[in-house]
Amino acid sequence: MVMQYELKTMYKFEVEDLNAWFGSKQVLKNIRMKIRDRKVTAIIGPSGCGKTTLLRCLNRMHETTPNARVSGKVFFNGINIYDEDVDPVQIRRKMGMIFQKPNPFPMMSIYDNVAIGLRLNGVKDRKKLDSIVERCLRMVGLWEEVKDELNASGVSLSGGQQQRLCIARALAVEPEVILMDEPTSALDPISAAKIEMLIRNLAKDYTVVIVTHNMQQAARVSDYTAFLYLGELVEYGPTKQIFEKPRNELTEKYITGSFG
Amino acid sequence: MALKKYYFHKILNGEFKGDDMFKLVSNFFALSILLITGLMVYELVKGSWLSIQRFGPWFIVGTVWDPVFTQTFSTLPLILGTLTTSLIALAIGVPISIGVGLLLSEYAPKRFAWLVSFLVELLAAIPSVIYGLWGIFILIPFLRHNAYPFIQSALGFLPLFSGPIYGGGVLTAGIVLAIMIIPIVSSVSRDVFTAVPRSQREAVISLGATKWETCKIVMSYARSGIIGAIILGLGRAIGETMAVTMVIGNKFKILPSSLFDAWYTMAAIIANEFTEATYDLYVSALIEVGLVLLMVSLIVNILARLLIWRMMKFVRGVVQE
Amino acid sequence: MRDSYSIRRIKDRLMLILVWSSLILALIPLFSILLEVFFNGVRAISLEFFILPTPTVGETGGIANAIQGTLVTLGLASLMGVPIGLMTGVFLSEYGGSKLSYLVRFINDVLTGLPSIVIGIFGYTLIVASIGFSVVAASFALAIIMIPIVARTTEEALKLVPASIREAALALGIQRWKTTVFIVLSGAKKGIVTGVLLALARIAGESAPILVTMGYWRWWFSGFNKPVSNLALNIYLFAISPFENWRVLAWGSALFLMVLMLGINILIRVLTREKY
Repeated sequence: MVMQYELKTMYKFEVEDLNAWFGSKQVLKNIRMKIRDRKVTAIIGPSGCGKTTLLRCLNRMHETTPNARVSGKVFFNGINIYDEDVDPVQIRRKMGMIFQKPNPFPMMSIYDNVAIGLRLNGVKDRKKLDSIVERCLRMVGLWEEVKDELNASGVSLSGGQQQRLCIARALAVEPEVILMDEPTSALDPISAAKIEMLIRNLAKDYTVVIVTHNMQQAARVSDYTAFLYLGELVEYGPTKQIFEKPRNELTEKYITGSFG
Repeated sequence: MALKKYYFHKILNGEFKGDDMFKLVSNFFALSILLITGLMVYELVKGSWLSIQRFGPWFIVGTVWDPVFTQTFSTLPLILGTLTTSLIALAIGVPISIGVGLLLSEYAPKRFAWLVSFLVELLAAIPSVIYGLWGIFILIPFLRHNAYPFIQSALGFLPLFSGPIYGGGVLTAGIVLAIMIIPIVSSVSRDVFTAVPRSQREAVISLGATKWETCKIVMSYARSGIIGAIILGLGRAIGETMAVTMVIGNKFKILPSSLFDAWYTMAAIIANEFTEATYDLYVSALIEVGLVLLMVSLIVNILARLLIWRMMKFVRGVVQE
Repeated sequence: MRDSYSIRRIKDRLMLILVWSSLILALIPLFSILLEVFFNGVRAISLEFFILPTPTVGETGGIANAIQGTLVTLGLASLMGVPIGLMTGVFLSEYGGSKLSYLVRFINDVLTGLPSIVIGIFGYTLIVASIGFSVVAASFALAIIMIPIVARTTEEALKLVPASIREAALALGIQRWKTTVFIVLSGAKKGIVTGVLLALARIAGESAPILVTMGYWRWWFSGFNKPVSNLALNIYLFAISPFENWRVLAWGSALFLMVLMLGINILIRVLTREKY
């Protein structure tokens, strides 16, 4: 019993023997890792190493691509989300996901973009919606910029603003986890810096897992870092240790820029 | 003009080569399409000139078609008949087509989708006249003996569904047209659904949406494309000739007594009476019906193409972002 | 929250059922037509069916003259329609991008959707009015139906030819038009053949434009300025006739036409599938 209590507070995810495939190509091999609650965990590695797939296995998005397959276990709050009686729709609701390119819904207003998750869940109370939309837009620092044009289309914003809008959209359904797939790769440096600050802030209330190809970014924003190479977890530990005293030769080579 | 000058210059200098010749030839053929379209409008106006002069705008709003005694012609009931049968076709055919489009783009596995789109395209390949044949000998007896009495016993209190049942008639024509527009509407909606970027689906799936809620996002993204598909289907239904002629009953009347009653459409009257038209004004009036049909379907088609084009451009714009 | 989710799940299941049943609703008429045409048509099939011309009431006869007439009409229509469609396709793919090409593509698409009866009337006013109901008039109308189909598929087939092939030929110093004609066009042969087949399948089933340009004819071919018999139009005339032997012929002709369509469609599927 004591053990279980510990599990719940320290670890949000426990990944056990996770394998993933695209068709016949195996992209993840026997991944085992534990992801801590209310910390930022970065997943780094050269492109094609499976880092995005690992992230997408955490909320069962991987299986939505054609020909994709998964085996193994991912415990979320102590429940294996790949259990047969678990509904992936309800699992995804507890995790917000941010994608490489901002993907607001272009046919909806800014307001509706943030409110959509709540509306799907049957929230119709206008006052409640108003207050949550405002709170989420404030959290991502967009409220002051857009409060007078909440009815404008989501795509009328700049790229950085769009990405923050997407984060607000994810926050509105009150998730426990934010999964980010290279959230700044399509943005200019100033917008990227704003997002990075936001990530640090989010870690106070949420578990954040971020995939990035930018090692400086991993070093700046994360508490823990996992290094993935050819579908295998090579090294995983506190960010400071990974960047300053890597135990594995491969990690060191990657960090110092000899390949990748 | 500039082009002409360019070639003239080249010819003078002996620089006119095979490439220029080829370009000129292919330009000529491409222009011939525009020429043909223009000529079509001109010929139809010329052919209906007698009728236009005689009846003027009354041709569109009048309700008399009497080739035997008074030799007067006007087409409002035909226009109404065309619109009514087409709208019935849309009401029945569009939900089915959008369902098939969603199935092909969102639900069905790829291999299965290939088979389904082959079957649906087969439906498009069946000649109109075979729909008519099937309509006369298979569908009409079924409707007369089974479906229509049942509908009448349930909804007979409405004037739309009261009155004698012949089997053929307005509703029958609408049903046949619905079947005939399913291939075009479903394949265009499949195309516009698959054009919706994956990132849109992922965004809403990751928010915890069910499959159907994901489909709703896809449909709202593709709405102008869907409208385009529907209007394209409308265009087909408006111009459909033989199948309708064979099942609608071909009676010129201002309004039918119910949906089970016989009526007429613009296309049907041309097919049914053209070879029997014995004097010039009669032929000219039928050609003018064709002209009206041409104008209506030009407008409908241009509208549909613009909508689909806008939707595809919209997709490209968002994806490049 | 939990309650609203169970409602959402029920809705989701319901829509799944509706989507699949829409497919079933779409396929019921298809299978009904295929089966009815097959079983009713088979009754008409015999040796006489293929070698005798249209009978008079009560006699035995066949569709031989209609097959001949349809082939003649389709052949003449292809002679007029294929070159124009092909060259328009070449124009759209090789010289696309200009304002003119957008206009041509647009008009081409619009032409595809025009009612065939209207195109038939065009054939009537332009040709029948001067030389009378004839093969020429019918073929002209069918050619106009062919053009946009051939043009569109040719354009798409040409665009599939990799730019590298084009560049390789140009780099060898081959003139651009020769590259287009001998290298690009032959690379796109399959796609172009598909387009022509598609167009032929479409016009083989057309009856409305035939009715207004050629009318009814129960004899053999006797010159391009005279009408000929036509399979699709015969189905219409036989179906609405009161004579039993004609109705049997209607189903027989329908079966013949359907087998032709099915054959062409499967051929097209096979041709286009190898691309992937």
